[in-house]
Amino acid sequence: MELNTLTIEVLRDKLKKKEITAPDILNSLYKRIKEVDKKINAYVRVKDLKPGNDQFFTFNPQLPLGGIPVSVKDNICTEGYNTECCSKILAGFKPPYDATVIKKLKEAGAIILEIKTNMDEFAFGSSTENSCFGTTANPWNINYVAGGSSGGSAASVAADEAIVALGSDTGGSIRQPASFCGVVGLKPTYGRVSRYGLIAFASSLDQIGPITKDVRDCAIIMKIISGYDPYDSTSVNLEVPDYPKVLGMDIKGIKIAVPKEYFVEGIDPEVKKIIQEAIEQLRELGAQIKEVCLPHTEYAVAVYYIIATAEASSNLARFDGVQYGFRFSNSELNLIQMYKKTRGAGFGQEAKRRIILGTFALSYGYYEAYYLRALKVRTLIKKDFDEVFKDCDCIVTPTSPTPAFKIGEKIDDPLKMYLSDIYTISANLAGIPAISIPCGFTKDGLPVGLQILAKAFNEEILFRVAYAYEQATPWHKMKPRL
Amino acid sequence: MTEYEAVIGLEVHVQLKTKTKAFCGCSTEFGKEPNTQVCPICLGFPGVLPVLNRTALDYAIKVALALNCKIHSPTKFDRKNYFYPDLPKNYQISQYDLPLSYDGFLDIDLDGKDKHIRIRRVHLEEDAGKLIHKESTSLVDFNRAGIPLLEIVSEPDINSPEEAYQYLVTLKSIIQYLDVSDCDMEKGSLRCDANISLRKKNTIEFGTKIELKNMNSFKAVKDALTYEIERQKSLLSKNKAIVQETRFWDTKELKTFPMRTKEEAMDYRYFPDPDLPMFIITQEKIQQIRESIPELPREKIQRFIKDYGLSLYVAKILVSSKKDADFAESCLKAYPNKDKKTLVNWLIGPLLQEANTRGCGLADLGITPQGLNELLGFVEKELISNLVAKSVLTEIIEKHKSAATIIQEGNLIQISDTESLEKIAKKVIQENPRSVQDYKGGKNNAIMFLVGQVMKKSQGKANPKIAQELLKRLLNE
Repeated sequence: MELNTLTIEVLRDKLKKKEITAPDILNSLYKRIKEVDKKINAYVRVKDLKPGNDQFFTFNPQLPLGGIPVSVKDNICTEGYNTECCSKILAGFKPPYDATVIKKLKEAGAIILEIKTNMDEFAFGSSTENSCFGTTANPWNINYVAGGSSGGSAASVAADEAIVALGSDTGGSIRQPASFCGVVGLKPTYGRVSRYGLIAFASSLDQIGPITKDVRDCAIIMKIISGYDPYDSTSVNLEVPDYPKVLGMDIKGIKIAVPKEYFVEGIDPEVKKIIQEAIEQLRELGAQIKEVCLPHTEYAVAVYYIIATAEASSNLARFDGVQYGFRFSNSELNLIQMYKKTRGAGFGQEAKRRIILGTFALSYGYYEAYYLRALKVRTLIKKDFDEVFKDCDCIVTPTSPTPAFKIGEKIDDPLKMYLSDIYTISANLAGIPAISIPCGFTKDGLPVGLQILAKAFNEEILFRVAYAYEQATPWHKMKPRL
Repeated sequence: MTEYEAVIGLEVHVQLKTKTKAFCGCSTEFGKEPNTQVCPICLGFPGVLPVLNRTALDYAIKVALALNCKIHSPTKFDRKNYFYPDLPKNYQISQYDLPLSYDGFLDIDLDGKDKHIRIRRVHLEEDAGKLIHKESTSLVDFNRAGIPLLEIVSEPDINSPEEAYQYLVTLKSIIQYLDVSDCDMEKGSLRCDANISLRKKNTIEFGTKIELKNMNSFKAVKDALTYEIERQKSLLSKNKAIVQETRFWDTKELKTFPMRTKEEAMDYRYFPDPDLPMFIITQEKIQQIRESIPELPREKIQRFIKDYGLSLYVAKILVSSKKDADFAESCLKAYPNKDKKTLVNWLIGPLLQEANTRGCGLADLGITPQGLNELLGFVEKELISNLVAKSVLTEIIEKHKSAATIIQEGNLIQISDTESLEKIAKKVIQENPRSVQDYKGGKNNAIMFLVGQVMKKSQGKANPKIAQELLKRLLNE
């Protein structure tokens, strides 16, 4: 068995028994990256990687992640390692500090890969086609997208170019690519994981989360990266449960809600069928299935694109060529011209589209009609979930209405592209945790993901249900042929 | 001719002297090498997040309460979006629709008459960096970026440059009493912009508003407003319209010039900062801060008048800073005589002079109330003259010795015995025949000149009273 295909627990066991060393794991990953990444493009700046960097090879076997390599999305700050959000405007940016999650992973013994995973520029997209480093291909079929925006993270895990990876999720950016690539992806409760060091897209929606080969790895990583951070005022000071502990607990009597709004028009019939089978599987495992209503679901995409772009327009204002990253330089230019040229040349199409949308939504005279109204509807969406969680433990839905689509298929139709997040956006708006796990394949061999959502700070129930389902099904063991 | 009334509102920014910045742990110390008190957070690097300095919030509440404001709880922070190179994130964390506090007032004293100036709001925000313009380039110093800044906005209740000046003096002294800011305009820890319009007297409708900037002293505020009133009057008298705009005060030309017209005014696209939660300010917290507010200048003046029999004039001088007021009060308490006149004259006379020449306050002179009393004891017992006492005071301050030691070492005790003074007086009479003649001719003032000569000859040690009596006796003989 190649080491790059294994999970944390198996690798840790081998390391403890001294059957392998940490460099062995890393070397097997690098070998795999060399073999397949030309096709997948899961990583960026691969050619910059200088192997033999000593700090990769020291590890403490006592630490929970001692010797385990972790791949990181290009929007999470890693001290001294380029972090560019796959945008030209951040070209050459090496953060002077580690994101809190990176600090925690390092403290747990993890080895952070210097090359980062590909993404839609600033996480703007659902297909990793909006990257200045090119598109990430789906390991199950390289003519298809890997999903996005954490497409590189999901594809790297699916193609065994990574053991585990970190992604970020603002409207589905972890779960949708995890679903497209047939891996596990979790968006934690808002405030569960520190956002310090995550280059912000939409601050009130962003969360960092793991993308892994199975549910156990996801729980292991979550236990390490979660928790209150004094550097993030929106992180919540609640004790972090021992997530792996709940794995293996049965799900008999657990009340699972199925919202009918998620199975109406727009859903691919094959996806619908696969999800319904997964729900049957959960019923067989002892869960009680109940149909519920989330009446404000239809407004989620509209609300999301107002709030997310409004926040993004402000968050991205700092990329102006003054202090770091790319500057359009020409001594003839005055300040305003420098701003315009830098931002004009530095941002890609989708980034510009969202900055303009968000700027408009916050403008004088429009603020009340757009932003404030969106905030109100966001509260209603939250209330929908509160209502359901009054007597249900979790909700299951498809992660995405369709399996992965073809590269180039939706790139010129932003509205169509935005709709591919229709099932994932609500969790971000409501701040609740949601996981996507593999639950089958289409006739064309593309993976389909099952989304499970729970009450805020109740990731445990997600792990419990996801693990029970995973253990009863073969999907997580399937590997793409590359 | 139409009579106009000026309508003025002031917007004051005050840097709070917390140890660290508003949203990161960087030091706020003034005058350090450019860009040495910075970190990824106050530089607005990608990925960083703000964390509110609670002390800054407490200081802000303290000022708000001292200005009789109501406190908003919860209060929230908003982003004010605009592009400028001194603003690292290209937005400023400020407060928009739920400011920390609102609806307060400040009473100012205008020649013994009170005027009530309403305060619209006091809110907390972060300061921007500082641009330094060189010939062909501009440099940015981010040491200042992120220092907690209070914005204090008055209602347009001010009607003259003098009132504006008094408002600023009063506000500054209150904030200094609270010990939350240095309020030093030279260092930029207090800044003031003004809005001014004119309207016909006894009308309600406001005229067109002009915003004035770049006034770097209270006097400049007064001068700029005075200039602006005249400028606007002259326009109005010619039936010319006033254009709504921002004008800056040119400190060399002593004129205001247009900066930008308000039509181009920026849309700041305020929205709640999603990186910061709402902050709840409990009644307990408000009570606790309220209790920490010291006696403020106005009450102190009243109390000094009542308790120590001071005049309003003297009391005002003594309470100008809290430290000096505390020092003065210690002196007043330690002074054994019921009539405080001598002490007070010394405090606002020689001591204040010493303080002014040294550019410090009374309390910083290094003389203790006991030390001062000792010195005054010598004066009151007529053991030394006022003149000698003043030089003894200088020596106390400079050499940190007691009055007794200095007087003893310098052999400064006043000569009061007639025998030795008579010798000197005779000599003076001999040497100044003209003055003697003048005196005898009826010019009584001439005697003072002769006393002065006696003082001079005795190196100031002669008891001037006795010297005068002696001279008169000798001359009348």
